[in-house]
Amino acid sequence: MNDIDLTRRNFLKTSMGAAAVAVAPGMLLFQVAHGKSEGASSKVRWGMLVDTTQCKTGCNDCVTACNKENGLSGGTLPTDSQWIRKIEIKDISNGRELSLPMMCQHCEHPPCVDVCPTNASMKRADGIVLVDKHRCIGCRYCIMACPYKARSFVHEPLTDQNPDVPRGKGTVESCTLCVHRIDQGLKPACSEACPNKAILFGDLNDANSEIAQKLRSVATTQVRAELGLNTGIRYQGL
Amino acid sequence: MYFKNHLYWVLLAAGGLVALAGLYAVHMMEHYGHIISGMNNQIVWGIPHVFAIFLIVAASGVLNVASIGSVFGKAVYKARAPLASLLSIAMLAGGLTVLMLDLGRPDRIMVAATNFNFTSVFAWNVVLYSGMFSLVVVYLWTMMERRMNPYNKAAGLAVFVWRFVLTTGTGLIFAFLTARQAYGSALLPPMFIVLSFAWGLAVFHVVQTVIYNWNEKTLDPAILNRKKNLLGVFVLGSLYMVATYHFTNMYFAHQQSFELFILRDGGIYPNLFWWGYVVLGNLLPLALIFMPGRGKTRCVMTASLLVILGGFALLYVFIIGGQAFPLSIFPGYEVSSSFGDGQIATYQPSIYEFLLGFGGLAIAFVITTVSVRVLNFMPQDKPYIAD
Repeated sequence: MNDIDLTRRNFLKTSMGAAAVAVAPGMLLFQVAHGKSEGASSKVRWGMLVDTTQCKTGCNDCVTACNKENGLSGGTLPTDSQWIRKIEIKDISNGRELSLPMMCQHCEHPPCVDVCPTNASMKRADGIVLVDKHRCIGCRYCIMACPYKARSFVHEPLTDQNPDVPRGKGTVESCTLCVHRIDQGLKPACSEACPNKAILFGDLNDANSEIAQKLRSVATTQVRAELGLNTGIRYQGL
Repeated sequence: MYFKNHLYWVLLAAGGLVALAGLYAVHMMEHYGHIISGMNNQIVWGIPHVFAIFLIVAASGVLNVASIGSVFGKAVYKARAPLASLLSIAMLAGGLTVLMLDLGRPDRIMVAATNFNFTSVFAWNVVLYSGMFSLVVVYLWTMMERRMNPYNKAAGLAVFVWRFVLTTGTGLIFAFLTARQAYGSALLPPMFIVLSFAWGLAVFHVVQTVIYNWNEKTLDPAILNRKKNLLGVFVLGSLYMVATYHFTNMYFAHQQSFELFILRDGGIYPNLFWWGYVVLGNLLPLALIFMPGRGKTRCVMTASLLVILGGFALLYVFIIGGQAFPLSIFPGYEVSSSFGDGQIATYQPSIYEFLLGFGGLAIAFVITTVSVRVLNFMPQDKPYIAD
């Protein structure tokens, strides 16, 4: 009776040892592949403040920088993707003219995320609104829902993509706030490229950040504020 | 008889060929991308959506015939419930196929089936459409299998409720788009429900007339009279809902420029609205139905075809015209950009979109033709008794 028990105990010990030896390298590799395990923090809310008084008509440097950083063609056909665009506006009542960049406003309550059937449109914990390219089925409902016309649909096969910025034919895309740069501690490309420093990037939640201090001291506007989306992109001088 | 047999196969082959042409369009769009369609980043939903939404809305509305029979117990309609259910299944299949195959990534249909975002009305519709499909199949079973007859009333009631929810869901797709001037109105779900009544009954009339002709039978004039009056009431009801939608919009100052665009200045859109929808799709059918001396089989058939045509015209104006009008991002400002801000968007539908749309119609046609041939969907009227 005892002999049999011992045999079974030994068998179990050996099997568990073998299983541990088999699984451990895999677990180790998994960790290496995924790098840092910590995700985006909800303590942070990334945003930008655009000073329209410093934004010059005719200057397109933010757009060019965005196209280069994210591997966009820069074409302006109705079927081309435009993640950021310059809008020229003129007040009908007094003729005052302004130029400003328009892109995904990284809303706190993004309509695109609400309407997406597959959860491909999502908001990261730090407030960045993104599209999961593996989940997007290309229904374009988010484009219909976006109040800022910030999204584009990829109409053609793509070549020469930037490995940091995956894109795909038949899926929807928009400004990622250069999430790949933010995760490396860098600023978004448009903010860095602006010759007049009109695009200030930072953490809206950090009271000591330059952007939070400026939001406290100057009058700023959210575009289409009446929709109550609490945008992450704010405008000054509008 | 020989001729008819021959004709049946010819019709089936023709339907099959059109469906194949639709699949060819899908293959091309898959290969080259949506660049070969007329859709773009301003008009993201085009002709395929006009076809798909017409089919889905009509699929719900055609069940009205069944509901009046099963839920309200009218014998004349009860005899037509199986045919109405079949048409519903056929049009739902056609419409959903178009909607699915127009996706940027139709190959990811499993992703759509397994990842549900419960705040998305699109995701609700996945449940609503598949539920409707199954419910109508069960309903048909309770009608066509004698042993299941006792459950017919319950199934009929379930279908009745479900299709109201379903068309509400279709209307909500647009009603939830608060950012756009054309949509974002709580009137849209009821408007779609009433439109579904008219479009569904019109489709039913057309198919019924063809089936009676095929079998060399004449529809009892008393029945025809009741059904054409019902169509007239539905057409009036839908015209009322569409008028109310536009009137409320015109009352809001910030919506007036959009209404002027759709109803007066927008080129093809006001033309399609007034001539296509109002005149051809409503006034002419009403005249054909209600004018003294009219209202015979041929008039009702023409009226039904015109109602269907008007439906397509209205959806074109609603879906494409609604997107063509620029989004008002900066009210009170003149706006321009490289991305079409402040400009009317242009849209030229391509042949591939039409092939896909007609492919959906062909699928509905083939399902109906085969089913009517192999199963007994011919309405079996008792000697006419007024309810």
